[in-house]
Amino acid sequence: MNDMTPTREQREAALEGMGCKRKRVEDIRFTQGKGQYVDDLKLPGMVFGDFVRSSHAHAKITKIDASEALKLPGVIAVLTAEDLKGVNLAWMPTLAGDVQMVLADGKVLYQNQEVAFVVAENRYIADDAIQLVEVEYEELPVLTDPFKSMDPDAPVLRPDLDGKTEGAHGPRKHHNHIFTWEVGDREETDKAFEEADVTIKELISYHRTHPSPLETCQCVASMDKIKGELTVWGTFQAPHVIRTVASLLSTIPEQKIHVIAPDIGGGFGNKVGAYPGYICAIVASIVTGVPVKWVEDRMENLSTTSFARDYHMTAEIAAKNDGTVTGLKVHVLADHGGFDACADPSKWPAGFFNIVTGSYDFPAAHLEVDGVYTNKAPGGVAYRCSFRVTEAAYCIERAMDILAQKLDMDPADLRMKNFVKSEQFPYHSALGWEYDSGDYHTAMRKAMDTIGYRELRAEQKAKQEAFKRGETREIMGIGVSFFTEIVGAGPSKNCDILGVAMFDSAEIRVHPTGSVISRMGTKSQGQGHETTWAQIIATEIGIPAADIMVEEGNTDTAPYGLGTYGSRSTPVAGAAIALASRKIRNKAQMIAAHMLEVSEYDLEWDVDGFQVKGNPQARKSMKEIAWAAYHAPPPGMEPGLEAVSYYDPPNMTYPFGAYLCVMDIDVDTGVAKTRRFYALDDCGTRINPMIIEGQVHGGLTEAFAIAMGQEIRYDEMGNVLGASFMDFFLPTAVETPHWETDFTVTPSPHHPIGAKGVGESPNVGGVPAFSNAVNDAFKFLGSTHIQMPHDAWRIWQAAKDLGAHG
Amino acid sequence: MICDSKTDAIRARQSAVRVDLRAVCASSLECAPHPSAPFVNVNCPAVLRLDTTLPAEGEPLSWFGTLGIRSFCGRQREEKDVIPGAFTYHRPSSVAEAVAILVSHGDEARPLSGGHSLIPMMKLRMAAPEHLVDLGGIADLKGITDDGSTITIRAMTTQHELIASDLLAQKLPIIRETALLIADPQIRYVGTLGGNVANGDPGNDMPALMQCLDAAYVLTGPDGERDVPARDFYEAAYFTALAPEEILTAVKIPVPPAGHGYAYEKLKRKVGDYATAAAAVVLTLDGGTVTFCSIALTNVSDTPLYAKEAGEILTGSTLDTATVARAVAAAEAITEPASDGRGPAEYRTKMAGVMLQKALSRAATRAAS
Amino acid sequence: MSDIEQIPVTMTVNGKKVQRFVEPRTLLIHFLREDLNITGPHIGCETSHCGACTVELNGMSVKSCTMFAVQADGAELTTIEGMANADGTLSALQEGFRQMHGLQCGFCTPGMILRAHTLLKENPNPTEEEIRMGISGNLCRCTGYQNIVKAIQYAAAKLNGTEFQEAAE
Repeated sequence: MNDMTPTREQREAALEGMGCKRKRVEDIRFTQGKGQYVDDLKLPGMVFGDFVRSSHAHAKITKIDASEALKLPGVIAVLTAEDLKGVNLAWMPTLAGDVQMVLADGKVLYQNQEVAFVVAENRYIADDAIQLVEVEYEELPVLTDPFKSMDPDAPVLRPDLDGKTEGAHGPRKHHNHIFTWEVGDREETDKAFEEADVTIKELISYHRTHPSPLETCQCVASMDKIKGELTVWGTFQAPHVIRTVASLLSTIPEQKIHVIAPDIGGGFGNKVGAYPGYICAIVASIVTGVPVKWVEDRMENLSTTSFARDYHMTAEIAAKNDGTVTGLKVHVLADHGGFDACADPSKWPAGFFNIVTGSYDFPAAHLEVDGVYTNKAPGGVAYRCSFRVTEAAYCIERAMDILAQKLDMDPADLRMKNFVKSEQFPYHSALGWEYDSGDYHTAMRKAMDTIGYRELRAEQKAKQEAFKRGETREIMGIGVSFFTEIVGAGPSKNCDILGVAMFDSAEIRVHPTGSVISRMGTKSQGQGHETTWAQIIATEIGIPAADIMVEEGNTDTAPYGLGTYGSRSTPVAGAAIALASRKIRNKAQMIAAHMLEVSEYDLEWDVDGFQVKGNPQARKSMKEIAWAAYHAPPPGMEPGLEAVSYYDPPNMTYPFGAYLCVMDIDVDTGVAKTRRFYALDDCGTRINPMIIEGQVHGGLTEAFAIAMGQEIRYDEMGNVLGASFMDFFLPTAVETPHWETDFTVTPSPHHPIGAKGVGESPNVGGVPAFSNAVNDAFKFLGSTHIQMPHDAWRIWQAAKDLGAHG
Repeated sequence: MICDSKTDAIRARQSAVRVDLRAVCASSLECAPHPSAPFVNVNCPAVLRLDTTLPAEGEPLSWFGTLGIRSFCGRQREEKDVIPGAFTYHRPSSVAEAVAILVSHGDEARPLSGGHSLIPMMKLRMAAPEHLVDLGGIADLKGITDDGSTITIRAMTTQHELIASDLLAQKLPIIRETALLIADPQIRYVGTLGGNVANGDPGNDMPALMQCLDAAYVLTGPDGERDVPARDFYEAAYFTALAPEEILTAVKIPVPPAGHGYAYEKLKRKVGDYATAAAAVVLTLDGGTVTFCSIALTNVSDTPLYAKEAGEILTGSTLDTATVARAVAAAEAITEPASDGRGPAEYRTKMAGVMLQKALSRAATRAAS
Repeated sequence: MSDIEQIPVTMTVNGKKVQRFVEPRTLLIHFLREDLNITGPHIGCETSHCGACTVELNGMSVKSCTMFAVQADGAELTTIEGMANADGTLSALQEGFRQMHGLQCGFCTPGMILRAHTLLKENPNPTEEEIRMGISGNLCRCTGYQNIVKAIQYAAAKLNGTEFQEAAE
């Protein structure tokens, strides 16, 4: 070997494969303002659509008069539900088995609901025209409190469901009831409670909030009437599903619909569903024959296209005096707004909320969820969350703290006592899941040691004494959160979206020169797939990541996939990528054997090529093999080097983590300062540690916002309050705490590369850490549970109610 | 929320009802509409009409009334917009020219300064002036001058320029401290002192500070200039002493004695938010005894509040706990905040007290004794 | 269409002089994006909170969603499209954002970089606190800001010719 021959380490480094902090490919364009987002798109003749929206939360519509608007020069059309009925699109199905109005059909069910769609030459004229559309309303009684939704005299929100006693998920017991979802063994659980030494019961509410990516939902629809083809560019986290839905709704054949998701400015679950804006833009383009752009503004985004959470969870735990938990009972009242438009897999009306046993070995558990209608916006999306896992993690993590308080145990110790032990994996939970792998005790111990947990508890105790003596007005809270996520939806046996199984896919082609183009069914919204997917391929087939191009979002070229949400990309598409890569490597091995004139069994893989066992000098690099695949494949073998994989995961993956938050609270102002936040994540195999850290930072910041003030509120009249960035709490760099990140690695045993997914863990684990810190600070004053969000005035109110203001 | 105390004053001006958001020199810096009226927000369900007349005698006058907004029970919002209505644009090069345009167009015209109050209102179509008079081309409206006892700040001086001014840092450091708490860096480059004080938004920070400093506003109209003390300028939310054809052209601030202590304490939810409550304090000490104390409060009523009594209570004291408590109670007593996303009225009143306490303590440590 | 006449505006954008006729109500962000096809600056909130539309105007960072194009008549503007070095390579800030993973979805990035650009001109050696205050008019939903702070520190070091030391976690 001469000196110029790269060493094995150098060859490995040149790949920039898995485990490497590879700099992002996407950033070259994003840092130069060359991202291509939907609103950047301009087509010849394109016009602009915008909505007339309801000022009322609940009203009959008695008249819509668009005549004045239509007189305005530049106004092309004003669509109403009557127009949509002509194409059978006044209503559309939701992912949750309900139906939803596209445009108000006779009545409105929430403020800012879409009433008419104005199409004009540009957005200025469209806005002028909105002023001129006259809508007359006849007010109806408004229902905003989910706890009153099933009162006997509660107003009827959905006359379209009149007499329907059976919904998509079983019997309906009231005109505003959507479903009851029951999991677990009620009898066993009741027995555990009867025999318990100690029980706790608390109503734990998780308020309504919103994913609010910086780019709102938007699309451009363009109908080519000559070819009969529809092209839709949109902010779609799941573009293939959107194509299927568009085809089913419009009856345009699926091959004649081209759905393209270009660069997306953040999603966080907001961009999974199909919204009236998409449908109206499509219909308007079909009607007018020109491209129609629809761009939501921020107020519309916060008040209409989906919300998240709004779960009111009554949690009960049964335990022994020594802290061993014996039973868990949870009832959830789920506020779905005017339509059940939850973005969950079809069979899961409350998502995977039955992960609510968390990281603990509950021998018995029972869960019941009741979904109800109210006069609020529809949605219920997984805001940086795998289908209600955030709510479940918050519920159990608060409940464990409350139990610890009742038992006068340290909350970390109580968790350690009840963790599922590493030897119990695969672990079958009382509510039906099979946890793939975990080492909870190691993670928790590492977290506690790193942050100096016992010392912090001692400091807290001293501060409490000082507070009682009147020497300080500041109190200290230590928030402990240990979460188990369930991501990677999902196995076809139990996961589908509108009947399409939740697999995902990858298609990889190695070109003659050894460069690669690969396409996936997922769609990055900032996660950096163009970077990380190439890293998986690089490691698997030995071609440098820099030579691998990753494309997503164009449904014409990409293989069918279910998209990116619920931390499913790495567990599902990541596996498809590894398996497609392995198909390529298998074929490459045969080609290499032919080239080296040995049996393929005599070859072994080494970083970036195959070598003869015992004779590493006899080797063929992937680059050489790629050329051969096109130039001189073995006799009888198809030329080319390409593979496709559609991956149906055998199980979910179960990332976990230990988060600790140290908070100082001024009881006189209610201002809470996060002194330290430590996040240990175990997401199995780590593909790009830089990106993982970035995901954790972002998710923790969202968790901080949600726990500490981010809320979509309604008043009693159904007015949505705070739907702008003045009031909706998105922290700036000044409020955002400093994050400390750490990790352990417990690979998933069933995933081809052992990876579990991480994007949502910090939101799932972060919210309880913050809330537990606030609650922990106040418990020495006799408080059991303070509801979120913990903005300053509510903390002040809690302090006042506890007599802390003297 | 019912503001009966203001009813009479406003009714007396009924003939002159013009202005809901006569965002004169309209940069209030912190954008978005009125913070104290809970429903008047970017998601405001109220219908704003520039030509709204006041309710009939006996009808309750709500915040919406004072804003010229008809509330319809706080329910309706017929517009949903992010695009301003059309207007004719004027860019005069002198104050006289600007005043002449205002005179000829009356209520249809609005002066535009930094624009961070008026433009958001226009985008929401809560304000729809037919004539926009951009003051940005008037060189005369820029600059800070000092004649020894009075510092004069011309209206179009931006917050950024206030922050950067060595003169102010030396003689009126509380202005820099306050300006740094307004909105965010981008908005401070554009937002002006004149706009902040003139539009009558009780959420703005500078009005209370100007009351604390006993500043006077120079109002220029067709008949020339007149000075109005900041303490007399504000009548209700968005209602001020400024006449429709006048422009606020300068702010005159008496220079407090060297060695004075000062502090502006602002509680807010995040950068860019209006105050939940804020307090401005200027005081002087002599041998530990307060010889002068001026206090004003931000965003805890429909106008800025000059807390005269609180200042008088403290004058002559050593800032002992009991006297401070009395002063804080006196200040809290004059607040009348709205309940909104920043918290219920009770909280915001208490926060005015806490901010005052903090400001007093910081001002005292800064004062030469 | 309103009957209000369009008026001429002239500005220098990224070193190039442009002249257009606009309706007075045309917001600067729409002028840039729709009339000039400069789509780097984005619209995130409409209410001047998010800063995605930030551009540099006569040496100041401004939010172009809350300014009329006519107000910028005669101004010098820089947008993200004018940030790369003359030879087409990434500027220190652009490189800093990439090296430090200071962006994810990229939507806030043009505004964030433009704001940081003006910040570093005024304060070439900002502390972490000064950086956080300095970018507090720009919202990011993805990164939690920590790596944006590092990206700006990286750029400051590079521009000052000093060694960038990543702070220990």
